[in-house]
Amino acid sequence: MPEQLAFTIEVFLNGLMAGVLYALVALGFVLIYKASGIFNYAQGVMALFAALTLVGIIDGQVPFYHLINAIFGTDIHYFGWKVNSLVAIVVTMLVMIALAWMVQRFVFRHLVGQEPIILFMATIGLAYFLEGVGDLMWGSEIKTLDVGLPQGINATIDEATFNLTGYGFFIDNLDIIASIVAAVLVIVLVLFAQYTKQGRAMRAVADDHQAALSVGVSLNFIWILVWSLAGFVALVAGIMWGTKSGVQFSLSLIALKALPVLMLGGFTSIPGAIVGGLIIGVGEKLFEFLIGAPFLGGATENWFAYMLALVFLVFRPQGLFGEKIIERV
Amino acid sequence: MRLKMKLGTMAVAALMTAGAPAMAELVFPSLSYRTGPYAAGGIPFADGYADYFTLLNERDGGIGGEMTRVPECETAYNTEKGVECYESTKGEGALVYQPLSTGITYQLIPKVTADDIPMLTSGLGRTSAKNGATFSHVFNFPANYWDGASVAIKHILEEEGGDISDKKIALVYHNSAYGKEPIRTLQELSKKHGFELVEVPVDHPGQEQKSQWLQIRRDKPDYVIMYGWGVMNQVAVQEAANIRFPMDKFIGIWWSGSENDVLPAGDKADGYKALTFHNVGSDYPLYDDLQKYVYDAGKAAGNGDQTGTVLYNRGVYAAMLVAEAAKTAQEIHGTSAITASQMRDGMENLNITEAKMAELGLPNFGPEFQVSCENHGGNGFVAVTQWDAEAQEWKLVSDFMQSDQDVIQPLIDEDSSAYASENNIENTCS
Repeated sequence: MPEQLAFTIEVFLNGLMAGVLYALVALGFVLIYKASGIFNYAQGVMALFAALTLVGIIDGQVPFYHLINAIFGTDIHYFGWKVNSLVAIVVTMLVMIALAWMVQRFVFRHLVGQEPIILFMATIGLAYFLEGVGDLMWGSEIKTLDVGLPQGINATIDEATFNLTGYGFFIDNLDIIASIVAAVLVIVLVLFAQYTKQGRAMRAVADDHQAALSVGVSLNFIWILVWSLAGFVALVAGIMWGTKSGVQFSLSLIALKALPVLMLGGFTSIPGAIVGGLIIGVGEKLFEFLIGAPFLGGATENWFAYMLALVFLVFRPQGLFGEKIIERV
Repeated sequence: MRLKMKLGTMAVAALMTAGAPAMAELVFPSLSYRTGPYAAGGIPFADGYADYFTLLNERDGGIGGEMTRVPECETAYNTEKGVECYESTKGEGALVYQPLSTGITYQLIPKVTADDIPMLTSGLGRTSAKNGATFSHVFNFPANYWDGASVAIKHILEEEGGDISDKKIALVYHNSAYGKEPIRTLQELSKKHGFELVEVPVDHPGQEQKSQWLQIRRDKPDYVIMYGWGVMNQVAVQEAANIRFPMDKFIGIWWSGSENDVLPAGDKADGYKALTFHNVGSDYPLYDDLQKYVYDAGKAAGNGDQTGTVLYNRGVYAAMLVAEAAKTAQEIHGTSAITASQMRDGMENLNITEAKMAELGLPNFGPEFQVSCENHGGNGFVAVTQWDAEAQEWKLVSDFMQSDQDVIQPLIDEDSSAYASENNIENTCS
């Protein structure tokens, strides 16, 4: 196989993998937007908060230890135990459910019926609040997250492709795991939405929350459910991205990677988030490889992703899989 | 009525006492960033900076009999906030600024010059500020970005027995004004030594670098030099490990060489190298004093948990340099209550010798240098450190080497004269 073709295939495959990681973040946005019409600016910070909480629990860190030490003059940092990763994930999920309850109870319950821009601004406030609470609870230092996920080149693929093409492809083990997790997540979410009572109620609220209320669906419960699911997706995204770079406050910036995915895939479609992610991932990587690096000096991925999304937006404003909004007077 | 008057007068007096700074204290504002995406780098520097001045107050009663004060202003590494912090603190009698950000530095260069307040940008900011004849109020001793690039190549030359004409060296850089700083220097050095330079930009913030490291895997450079900051560093070290790039051939600038940058990759980061303009660790007499007068007294800044880390040491070193400049200014002007303008004179006459460093409790910690009106940047001595993942510590693995002045000085002259003509600046040293 010609070397250039082998390189292109490698870039294509890595683009798919990167796209899955973007889609993991985009999924959280879709879940909340679909059910409540809220564009959740805080989704990236939720991923950060979930990852911080997970590492804190695994390491046995005392929450708010800065504050406790400052107020009481103590010098405590850790409980002195380590928690199993799976147990820590479960506990973190409980924290995210509690967060969902608080968000609903103290913020959005009071904003039912408000304009979407008001709800959006509430999520901006929530993002900064959550970032501050995360800092107070767990500190600002970079934390190493190790839940046992493998990282590095997949030797089997490297060897197999080398035998086949004369060039060993680089595929990161973590990306393979992320792809499997994302696939399972999407299947579970779609099945949940289609075949469970709560899922159907969620869809009913998404379609028309007043009609759903009139047939006895609890708006409170559904919104807590949706924010909990978004919290779960944020936790998964936080684990994947946090394993790559360590858990640190820049993790919240992963939301920037999800925006073009949403613009392209649509704000209301779970499969759209995945397909959008894959198109953005492959598109930006191939553009960088074929045009960006050789002719434009490189670093084209960020702007190219948005430009690609913009092109789709011009021709299909609701995104590839989004629902067309028709308002009749 | 009289009681009300008395209470009112007492309240006003109390407010004035609490609000007004003591007249003769020496003020060293700290434009810190303890929040936001770069907090992990900002916190240790700010802690080290504050702790050194606390030590001077507690142990020596300040500098020359004047107590010091370090008002902190949070910038979150945001340029606009940095400028706001400057504007809000300069009226407190600020003697010198050290913004730990190239973006803030660029904005402050004309401001500090107009306000007659010096600024120290060790290892960051505008490299050609070394030319004091053009940049009268900006100092960047003991080393700058171009010194770093040159010493990286010098180190590679040493490793390769003096000949790198057949080598390929990749520069992975943050796609910003900061990251692009070494390009011209490396291009000139490439012409001089014959190596092939491959430029690999990474967009902010650098969380996703798959394309860049696939390119490196394909191009197979012999060495990679990195100019990164924040999450870009951790991801780059991880990706380099993923593609099995040899860590001892991966060299970061000093902003890519802290514990933060290597710990997330675990054992795989072992052997990664980084440049530095000061030594590492906490095995210095100064730390005994810090322990006694600051940590044990419960006066440590922040959580007190950054002691001995690379960026904490950089904060201590930064504070020590300006404290010594303040002493020099006091000697020159014969007054302990110096002004910012006098502080500038102190910085321009600063002479750091090994004897002085040893006297300060930091033997072999940093290079010797002498500042002058023309030379605001020192002599460009830089060393190489290497990460030991098992011991979880950085080790100095080279002597402090001087950068290639034959290449760098003409570049500094060219860039500073362009700035001078753009801004109609006369030679302030003539």
